[in-house]
Amino acid sequence: MTDIARFKPKTVYVTYIAATPENVWQGLTDPAFTKQYFGGFAVDVEPRTGGVFRMLYPDGRTHIRGEVVDWSPPRRFSCTWVVEGMPEFAELPACLVTYDIEPAGEAVRLTMTEAHSWDIPEAILSGGRQGWPAILSSFKSLLEIGNPLSIKMEPPKEMLEAVKALKK
Amino acid sequence: MNKPKFVYVIYVASTPEKVFEALTSEKLTAQYCFGYALQSDWKVGSRFTSTKDGGAPVDHGVVLEIDPPRRLVYSWAPQYEAFKDERPSRVTFNLVPFKGQVQLTIVHDDFDERSKAFESISGGWPRVLSSLKSFLETGKGLDPSWTEGDLKKIHELECAKV
Repeated sequence: MTDIARFKPKTVYVTYIAATPENVWQGLTDPAFTKQYFGGFAVDVEPRTGGVFRMLYPDGRTHIRGEVVDWSPPRRFSCTWVVEGMPEFAELPACLVTYDIEPAGEAVRLTMTEAHSWDIPEAILSGGRQGWPAILSSFKSLLEIGNPLSIKMEPPKEMLEAVKALKK
Repeated sequence: MNKPKFVYVIYVASTPEKVFEALTSEKLTAQYCFGYALQSDWKVGSRFTSTKDGGAPVDHGVVLEIDPPRRLVYSWAPQYEAFKDERPSRVTFNLVPFKGQVQLTIVHDDFDERSKAFESISGGWPRVLSSLKSFLETGKGLDPSWTEGDLKKIHELECAKV
């Protein structure tokens, strides 16, 4: 079992969505949704704490692999995360991604927290800091208007360089 | 200790012109900003105020830079009693168009180290900008989306007003 006390929050993104907590939960855990807003990746998750969590390329290969640390529908979904599908990132320590879903008036407050267990360089954090606003803006659009946004995403150059520098 | 700096990015399916108008129009801010409306002639050096239901200004500031529809910078001085001793901070909006969408980045900085206003704006901007996005994409801003914890804080702020 993952010791989550070792992980410290490094990036937090909050968005408010005109939807129900159940809709938001489904949007985070149903591959038909994630494919539309999460860079084309389909989530594949065993629906239980301790289960396997993966994000899959369209051809079925694993992009991200981890373990479900908290499966509490429709309030909290938390999992560890290793970017297995990209050789340059596959050896980094796992991070912990947690979605908290709270009713806020007639909307929902969705808080994404990316936490790390090591002294991660700021340049590597830039990947998430650029990616999460795009992913979650697109998610909000998908739930509110039925269409995601089309934002091309790739790891920032500074992030790739910082990961390379770790291996030297 | 680092000085507090708030950075938030949101993507909106709209044009820079429409997002810029939404940031500066009295009529539009009132529709997505939970009833708060900004008034200004939006010239460099001009004052702006934020009022609710025609009451006394709750915030004010000065336009520092304006380059429609790409960039807007203003100083921000909240009038809540809890923050009244704090010097004005600075709000910067940058708008970048991308394939029929806009990347809107807000940087709110130039706070003193132990600013209480900083804590308030860190919770406030995600709410306001989420509502702005909904307003431009669906025609409807979000309802005031307070949680119980938020309501307690708002109540404390209101009570602290003169």
